Amino acid sequence: MAKVKRGKVVSYNKWGYIFLIPFIVVYLIFQLVPLFRTFYYSFFENYRSGLTQIGPNFVGLQNFITIFKNPDIWIYTENTLIMWIMGFIPQIIVSLVLGAWFSDPSLRLKGQRFFKTVIYLPNLIMAAAFAMLFFTLFSEGGPINEILMQLGWISEPYKFLSNEWSTRSLVAFMNFLMWFGNTTILLMAGMMGIDTSLFEAAEVDGATSTQVFFKITLPLLRPILIYVMITSLIGGLQMFDVPQILTNGTGDPMRSTMTLIMYLNKHLFSKNYGMGGALSVILFIITGLLSLVVFKFSNKKD
Amino acid sequence: MLSIETNETKKGMGIHARRILAYVVLILVSFLCLFWFYVLFVNATRSHGELTKGFTPIPSTYLLKNWQGVMAGTLPIVRGMFNSLFVALCSAALCTYFSTMTAYAIHVYDFKIKKFMFTFIMAVMTIPTQVTALGFLQLVSDMKLEDNFIPLIVPAIAAPVTFFYMKQYMESALPLSLVEAARIDGSGEFRTFNTIVVPLMKPAIAVQAIFTFVSSWNNYFTPALILHNDKMKTLPILIAQLRSADFLKFDMGQVYVTIAFSIFPVIVVYLILSKFIVQGVAMGSVKG
Repeated sequence: MAKVKRGKVVSYNKWGYIFLIPFIVVYLIFQLVPLFRTFYYSFFENYRSGLTQIGPNFVGLQNFITIFKNPDIWIYTENTLIMWIMGFIPQIIVSLVLGAWFSDPSLRLKGQRFFKTVIYLPNLIMAAAFAMLFFTLFSEGGPINEILMQLGWISEPYKFLSNEWSTRSLVAFMNFLMWFGNTTILLMAGMMGIDTSLFEAAEVDGATSTQVFFKITLPLLRPILIYVMITSLIGGLQMFDVPQILTNGTGDPMRSTMTLIMYLNKHLFSKNYGMGGALSVILFIITGLLSLVVFKFSNKKD
Repeated sequence: MLSIETNETKKGMGIHARRILAYVVLILVSFLCLFWFYVLFVNATRSHGELTKGFTPIPSTYLLKNWQGVMAGTLPIVRGMFNSLFVALCSAALCTYFSTMTAYAIHVYDFKIKKFMFTFIMAVMTIPTQVTALGFLQLVSDMKLEDNFIPLIVPAIAAPVTFFYMKQYMESALPLSLVEAARIDGSGEFRTFNTIVVPLMKPAIAVQAIFTFVSSWNNYFTPALILHNDKMKTLPILIAQLRSADFLKFDMGQVYVTIAFSIFPVIVVYLILSKFIVQGVAMGSVKG
């Protein structure tokens, strides 16, 4: 009897492998092989100079040395990080405040569904079209300049896209708009998970809502906050669509909005596979390290 | 109730003041989210001449004219929309169906590499598509699949994030006894999956289908590297093309209509489905 049953279990479990086949096959072909190939390419000199194809010649770690010796990668890393931080700080502050309000039962905010729907909306908009929209709205003869002039705040059109910091601010602002709704909903879900008896006890002890927020909500939210921060940083390193469309791929003014992925995109378009590969490997390693942090924290939570 | 009363007498801000502050901030933030789309809508309805005269918040009557101008122009925007729609629908269908299947394999069966597979999928979850793009492009050109939708659709079958969501959902919604019962009734494993598990997973499939659809619809990086033929281009590539063209020569009313055309369909669909979407985001986070 036992033997029969065992045989049956095994025969069912072979279906586990069968159901995994589509995932494994597709993942191998379209993700894993390309990943290894990218690694492989990073060790070769392989580019086009005019009409002549150079390489592929094995050059070891030369591509990496070239990349790190060139100041470009540091400039682009700095750009990416600056624009991420400029977007992330307002994002986390607004999300925390809104999340606290949404999850506070004593406030009994009306129209919560409406507000949540509205703040999540920009996240679903095509980033390319959103950037194009901002490009036209903030152009010299665009509506924003017209409005500001009608209000009498400025006397002549401000060139938003000719100034390093205003361009960076626009990119950061768009990232903020696109992501704060998502973060608010994540943090709110985390706040709802906090044991309500803690809040009740604090209220009995006479704590103000500000004290409750800083002494109870924030410390208990720490794991989720770290999760949000690191995943946002991973997303920030992939920043591409918005600055690419806004500046037409140039990263102007003076390459101050050129991000790492825009740099990679340039190598891919000019078919410089050696440098593109090396850059991909660097990005892979950074993302991998950041993911490890997330992994550690989400395991701790259990 | 009592606690609220006492709260108001304490030195912190009263509940009414806090509520008013909350509403003011929420309205401000909502304004920040919607303002741009309102301007887009208004400007899409105005003629080039009107647009150069300055901004007014009142819509005009040139929407149809602008649209006809876009249709007569060189940017194949309707074709682009159908391309985007096709790629996004196929991706959403394949991604949700096969991610459910992968999750089912890990959730229901016991086999040697089960644990390894789960850890592996979790580990590769955060690898950005951009870092494999180089090898991916080489593969696509080796397979002669440039200017083809296959490399944009088929990879959706292996989607670690969707898999994880499905797995989480199964843990709460799919009792193993149900699978056992189906077996006793003589249902084959594949049939059980299709006729019992997939219908049961409908809510999760709906949420993930929306997210996959939207991210495929919005995707610019990979399609821009693969699609070069005008007939195959998706909307984001056409938008980028509009951006790189000589801007001053354009009729601005038409530019706005083109942007509106790629943004508003998503907004309409979102407003219809918003309940599921916002819930879906929260659901993923509580469990993740």
